[in-house]
Amino acid sequence: MMTDLTKLTIAGARDALRKGEVTAAELTQSYLSAIDEAGALNAFVHHTPEIAEAQAKAADARIKAGDAPDMCGIPLGIKDLFCTKGVPSQAASRILDGFRPEYESTVTTQLFDDGAVMLGKLNMDEFAMGSSNETSTYGNAVNPWRRGNDDTALTPGGSSGGSAAAVAADLCLAATGTDTGGSIRQPAAFVGITGLKPTYGRVSRWGIVAFASSLDQAGPMTKDVRDAAIMLRSMAGHDMKDSTSADLPVPDFEAALTGDIRGKKIGIPREYRMEGMPDEIEALWQQGQEMLRDAGAEIVDITLPHTKYALPTYYVIAPAEASSNLARYDGVRFGHRAKLAQGEGVTEMYEKTRAEGFGAEVKRRVMVGTYVLSAGFYDAYYNRARKVRSLIKKDFEDVFAQGVDAILTPATPSAAFELGKEVSDPVEMYLNDVFTVTVNLAGLPGIAVPTGLDRAGLPLGLQLIGRPWEEGDLLNCAYSLERAAGFVAKPARWW
Amino acid sequence: MSIDVETARKVAHLARIRVEEEDLPALAGEFNAILGFIEQLGEVDVEGVEPMVSVTPMRLKRRDDVVTDGNQQAAVLKNAPDAREGFFAVPKVVE
Repeated sequence: MMTDLTKLTIAGARDALRKGEVTAAELTQSYLSAIDEAGALNAFVHHTPEIAEAQAKAADARIKAGDAPDMCGIPLGIKDLFCTKGVPSQAASRILDGFRPEYESTVTTQLFDDGAVMLGKLNMDEFAMGSSNETSTYGNAVNPWRRGNDDTALTPGGSSGGSAAAVAADLCLAATGTDTGGSIRQPAAFVGITGLKPTYGRVSRWGIVAFASSLDQAGPMTKDVRDAAIMLRSMAGHDMKDSTSADLPVPDFEAALTGDIRGKKIGIPREYRMEGMPDEIEALWQQGQEMLRDAGAEIVDITLPHTKYALPTYYVIAPAEASSNLARYDGVRFGHRAKLAQGEGVTEMYEKTRAEGFGAEVKRRVMVGTYVLSAGFYDAYYNRARKVRSLIKKDFEDVFAQGVDAILTPATPSAAFELGKEVSDPVEMYLNDVFTVTVNLAGLPGIAVPTGLDRAGLPLGLQLIGRPWEEGDLLNCAYSLERAAGFVAKPARWW
Repeated sequence: MSIDVETARKVAHLARIRVEEEDLPALAGEFNAILGFIEQLGEVDVEGVEPMVSVTPMRLKRRDDVVTDGNQQAAVLKNAPDAREGFFAVPKVVE
């Protein structure tokens, strides 16, 4: 048996399982022990060891019989946003306290059908609204990385903060994430792992608690690019239960990883050179360009003129859709219901239930969404934002029409920041998503790849943005970048 | 566009979220910060631009209008805070 099973990748574990060098049961036990020792990270918030052991046993039987899928026997963490049958699924919100779905999301169904093992549910920002995992009803998830010997607790990013922390700390082989404005890519960059947001419609949203339905997309958070390719194939595909899921064949993304990007055109958008951007981010971006050039790609300057309007557009559209989606939390069908005083009726029940059940950021966004959709403001805010969104998407279409294959940008404007930092202005926190949010508005695939460390020893990542439906090509570019960067650093264990 | 306490109260009610009277001024302040940020969309020339309906152009799938699921009353009610005799129960709504 191998010495440390938690250091494997999905590809490595798959090969070892098939060769009979390790069993899914052994693999699962290693991770369950690692999770037990990592309470300080607060990444896993609901533990499902019985399910994991039963799934591992079934996986071992399947592997023994031969012909097991790639994900068979692979232990995963599942973001709390995914409905998992009989297992708490509460989007890190108090309003879904006690909710145990009677059904399974399409993504987890597909992963489990392929033999994957669920270790438990992962922490996140409440309803995926946040960039630091600080809005969770479970408390903060903590980044396994620290600044050298400084023991200040850092954010793993958000909203998929628990997923990021768990993968970086080797508590699972990979995790599911969701990304509405950067919630896979920003946390992946903050913890030095790979995070892929697929093209809108590549992965079914059915059974995933909805935040902003025109922007939400689930994707893999993994230790490297190959693992992202393997896991995406299992998650993706058409689903009759999600009318926006695309009826397109799902290719073998792993087969696209040739590492050959000679002749590919990589665009560098001038609008992503932000004022006040730390030199380390600028240098990282430069190095990334050189790496891709050395690999034979052509680096070209491009312009995406409406970039500066992406965040304000997002902060109209996402809250508007959220206010509509979150109307279902009314204390009637599931979750929390407030206690009523004598004489209080159904309106008080709604208002008290939602006041008690939602956290501050969720309330803020629901109310902003309500406002921009209200009579008299719908055209001025919501319709205008939808028009600007069309222009943002057109910026990308124009660039792709010029023959650009992928776009390289920084993933985040900084390394992971301190937890508990006082943020008086909500807009300040929103700036975290400045490089990622355009991708959701345009429905494109985007991937964050770790490529370096900052002076304090924290990971930094770059983002590649691809053409719609061409995740294979995008993953291949990311694979080339990953090989050139040779990022192998791991957080020193303190938990 | 500036949001006053009265507008904040109205929005909170529309959203069916109880906000205590003393918290309304701070809420109005937060709305103003966010709306101030959104205001810059006014600079963009959107003349003749269609508002986006669907980010990936596709015709939504249709299926035959037939029953494909059902008879799951117990499962539907399973998570209800208050379910009685096969129904969701709520405080009295009709006087």
